[in-house]
Amino acid sequence: MSKKKVTPYLYIIPGLIILLVFVYYPIIKNVEYSFLKWDLFSGTKKFVGISNFIKLFKSDKFWLALKNNILYILLSLLFQVGLALVFASIIENMKNKKISAMFRATFFLPSLISLTIIGLLFSFIYKTDGVLNSILEFVHLGQFETGWLGNEKTAIFAVIAVSQWKSIGYTMMLFIVAIQRIPAEVYEAAKIDGATPSRIFFDITVPLIRDMLKITIIITISGGLLVFNEVFIMTNGGPYQSSEVLSTLMYQNAFVHGNIGYASAIANIILILSVAFSALQLMSGSKDDK
Amino acid sequence: MKKGNTKKSSYYSLNYILKNIMNKSESTIARLAIVLFFIIIVGPLLWMVISSFKSSTEIFSNIWGLPQKWMFNNYIEAWNTGISKYFLNSVIVTVGTVILTLVLCSLYAYSIAIYDFKGKKLFFLLALCGMMFSPIVSMIPLYQEIQALGLYNKRISLVLVYTAYQMSMSFLLIHSFFKSIDKAYIEAAAIDGCTGLKVLGYILVPMSKPIFITSAILTGFYAWNEFSFALIFVKDDALKTIPSGLLAFQGEMHAEWGVLLAGLTISALPIIIFFLIAQKYFIAGISAGGVKG
Repeated sequence: MSKKKVTPYLYIIPGLIILLVFVYYPIIKNVEYSFLKWDLFSGTKKFVGISNFIKLFKSDKFWLALKNNILYILLSLLFQVGLALVFASIIENMKNKKISAMFRATFFLPSLISLTIIGLLFSFIYKTDGVLNSILEFVHLGQFETGWLGNEKTAIFAVIAVSQWKSIGYTMMLFIVAIQRIPAEVYEAAKIDGATPSRIFFDITVPLIRDMLKITIIITISGGLLVFNEVFIMTNGGPYQSSEVLSTLMYQNAFVHGNIGYASAIANIILILSVAFSALQLMSGSKDDK
Repeated sequence: MKKGNTKKSSYYSLNYILKNIMNKSESTIARLAIVLFFIIIVGPLLWMVISSFKSSTEIFSNIWGLPQKWMFNNYIEAWNTGISKYFLNSVIVTVGTVILTLVLCSLYAYSIAIYDFKGKKLFFLLALCGMMFSPIVSMIPLYQEIQALGLYNKRISLVLVYTAYQMSMSFLLIHSFFKSIDKAYIEAAAIDGCTGLKVLGYILVPMSKPIFITSAILTGFYAWNEFSFALIFVKDDALKTIPSGLLAFQGEMHAEWGVLLAGLTISALPIIIFFLIAQKYFIAGISAGGVKG
């Protein structure tokens, strides 16, 4: 309790200013821009109501981008939640703690490395005369060789694969932390009862880490909605927009075509979708706070 | 169990692990899956490092072997033609962001945790809800703002924006830590005449070192690796941070693949080394946050 009534306000002012200016104000501006037709290069602005949104919903590119985001989400859930959980469970069940620590650290490593590095590295590996194709040839699967990032059908999948490579270790680590909180006695009792590893996994591990499961699902869905870096670096939405996602579509329209209003409409769609999921995360996260 | 630890060969330990898991066939599949995944993770990284010592032509002609001639030169060239300045800029931006975030969040958290005042709940929520908004969504308005504020092409723009988007998480961590500190300390200090900022500086902050470290690591990690704003807000090559600088570097390197890979390796090293040293804090940080970096 302070005698000067104004000091607590003084303390929050610097942080508040930063938050308001760079986090909250842009959100409002985004909404405002989406109702304008605004050309970045000539600077002409014009109020056009919801016509940006109507144009958006009629646009094939929008639905293609959305489809790619959904693909991203589904595959990410499979790998970053499903597979990561399985791996976490296997690693935590290992008797040799040094080996499991080694696996843990190794799998987690890619999630720390800058996406630019990973994106450029894999752009290399995916080259037509690059590493991946040479591996395929080596194992007599040469018929699958393709341009990967240069092939319309495979581009988005190649990019999604890189995302999984980078991020499985991250969610796996979250699961490991959650599994470590399960008391050992529970597992011992199960083993005494003769339970096999898969039964232990489904009947014990999964239910007990429900909270972390919720969190990782939400992180993964948000990640799939907001993905930008990987796609931008590796394909920039190409070839022929086959790997475009909502955020790169927004970038293209804003900074390449100069259609600020239209791009802001896209931004708002992404915002609405992601806020819905973030709000869920906030609510389930606070349940976890002890 | 001790036997497995002291043996050098990990093959022995894997076998040892096998014997200790109940259902043999399930555990074999599990073992295979983990090892396969291990190869998938380590493979590209190992390839990157080995290839970075090769000449451009050798990278494609001799994809799998060790370099015929170890081109250490690649590293020197990478460092001199740009990586060094990207490094410097990343360090400046990251350190700036971490300091600013910690300072602003401590003040903010201190106020909310210790004082009672009108509107406290609202300000608390404002700080917390920042987490819901992803920076990507606000790319366009932020770009306009940065231009309008005259901050375009200046590294400080990155420091400010990164701080803004890291504040919520750091605030959450620091605030709940402050709240958990026994009020008795503060009351005792008040009796000794220590009030206001002195309490923050002499009592709360020293007691909060672990959470500050965790918060610094999370914030630093974000700032070091952030790409989209680094790309959009800073145009001059001399001022770029590593994530966006590398992209420009790739463009410049044309067919100097070895040098490019060397550049990538140099850029990846710091965070890897840092992680191996400070693993404990990293893990504490991500499990507290649960938010994607």
